[in-house]
Amino acid sequence: MEKLNGLRCRECGRHYQAAPLHVCEFCFGPLEVDYRYDALKGVVTRESIAAGPPSMWRYKELLPIDGDVAVGHHVGFTPLIRAQNLADELGCREIWVKNDSVCHPTWSFKDRVVAVAVTKAREFGFDTVACASTGNLANSVAAHAAEGRLKSYIFIPADLEQGKVLATLVYNPTLVAVHGTYDEVNRLCSEIADKYRWAFVNVNFRPYYSEGSKSYGFEIVEQLGWRTPGHIIVPCAGGSLITKIWKAIKELKTLGLIDGGLGTKMHAAQALGCGPIVTMIKNDTDVLVPVRPNTIAKSLAIGNPADGYYAYKVAKESGGSGEHATDEEIVEGMLLLARTEGIFTETAGGVTVAAAKKLIERGVIPRDESIVICITGNGLKTPDSLQDRLDAHVKIKPSLSAFDRALADLKSQTS
Amino acid sequence: MLTMARLRVRLTFPPALIQEPIVYRLVKDFDIVINIRRADVKADHGWIALELEGDERALERGVKWLKDKGVQVDPIERDVIVP
Ligand SMILES: Cc1ncc(COP(=O)(O)O)c(C=O)c1O
Ligand SMILES: [Zn+2]
Repeated sequence: MEKLNGLRCRECGRHYQAAPLHVCEFCFGPLEVDYRYDALKGVVTRESIAAGPPSMWRYKELLPIDGDVAVGHHVGFTPLIRAQNLADELGCREIWVKNDSVCHPTWSFKDRVVAVAVTKAREFGFDTVACASTGNLANSVAAHAAEGRLKSYIFIPADLEQGKVLATLVYNPTLVAVHGTYDEVNRLCSEIADKYRWAFVNVNFRPYYSEGSKSYGFEIVEQLGWRTPGHIIVPCAGGSLITKIWKAIKELKTLGLIDGGLGTKMHAAQALGCGPIVTMIKNDTDVLVPVRPNTIAKSLAIGNPADGYYAYKVAKESGGSGEHATDEEIVEGMLLLARTEGIFTETAGGVTVAAAKKLIERGVIPRDESIVICITGNGLKTPDSLQDRLDAHVKIKPSLSAFDRALADLKSQTS
Repeated sequence: MLTMARLRVRLTFPPALIQEPIVYRLVKDFDIVINIRRADVKADHGWIALELEGDERALERGVKWLKDKGVQVDPIERDVIVP
């Protein structure tokens, strides 16, 4: 089955053959994978999907892969949890948590995009993959390259803390620490991606890479019993994930896999210290004003997001909105999710929980509608964000009487 | 010796610079050939996606001049470094 039409420019509509290309030669607009939905309709069904593996690859026909899956066979199909404790706490009827803090193998949703990019790199015959990243993306590229026996180059700013580097270095990539300002490092990486015949996952492979995020959206709908939720709150950095979840819902509609209308409002969540997309939504303008990130939510710190405009359009088109979270609210969001549902997410998840709470309190999201909160990364990667925020409640000498006294004290405090 | 180079960039203009003939000066003062591909310039903010072509050192000087003026100069992909 020929399911791909190659690539298409999002701005001028020009067509390109499937190749490692990411910008339109004519208008410099971003390229996107173009599918032949007519060929997929009736072939991709609820049953055919259910017969697939318990991973993101059950949606392989809707991903830009022609041959076999090369790496990341167990990525995705993460739990969608009915979060009743959180719902009770927020005074809502139905809240679900889509939990990619346990995505295999590197504990963030980035495994979805990287598994597609690396598989595609193998299809195109590349022997080297690369990225520039300070966190989740670096972990995932290095891990999948190791699995696929590809060489990998990971570029980082030289001032990155050692703790963040270890979870990448362990996979034995070539790690290149670049001295310079953020701007200098950024530009150098763009030039390297242009010059070397490598699969730079989020540059020349971006059209393929970003498609991987659709699987997060497919899973939400399937796990809800082929029903679309009333609201999805998505953490945004480059703005790709929210755009692709929306695209996933539309594709399922096009293929006749969901009944009724689209019915989902998409809400963007960002930190106040780096929230250019939410600012666009709040001001209702399609003009993105780049910012200098200043937030503890490092995994969402993209000041000039490539898909910012499209993310804004998704919120608007779906009837959704956006909300910022302060650093204080981010930590409270992390603690709230941990305390109510037993899920330890990283700061990005704190942003999402905090934004959801505010949107519910403001009445933007009605308390009686179904809500999905996107949790996209694991808290064990960035425990430093909680430093000095938590301490052991009870400290005692090693004697039973000391414990008896402490317990009595505790009980009198809480009664 | 001249080494010709090409650069695909996205320029973002703050409100104060919208009225200024920045691109004109870039071409004239630095001898850079420009090719505008896409732009959105509104009253209070604007961006231009364009290709710059010229002597490598002239390009570097031009980019530095833009930054000194307060224009944000990014590669066409914008943020390549991802968290
Ligand atoms: C944990 C986490 N959540 C969400 C995002 C946002 O994704 P996007 O850049 O597609 O908006 C990122 C990445 O950048 C991330 O690392
Ligand atoms: Zn185009």
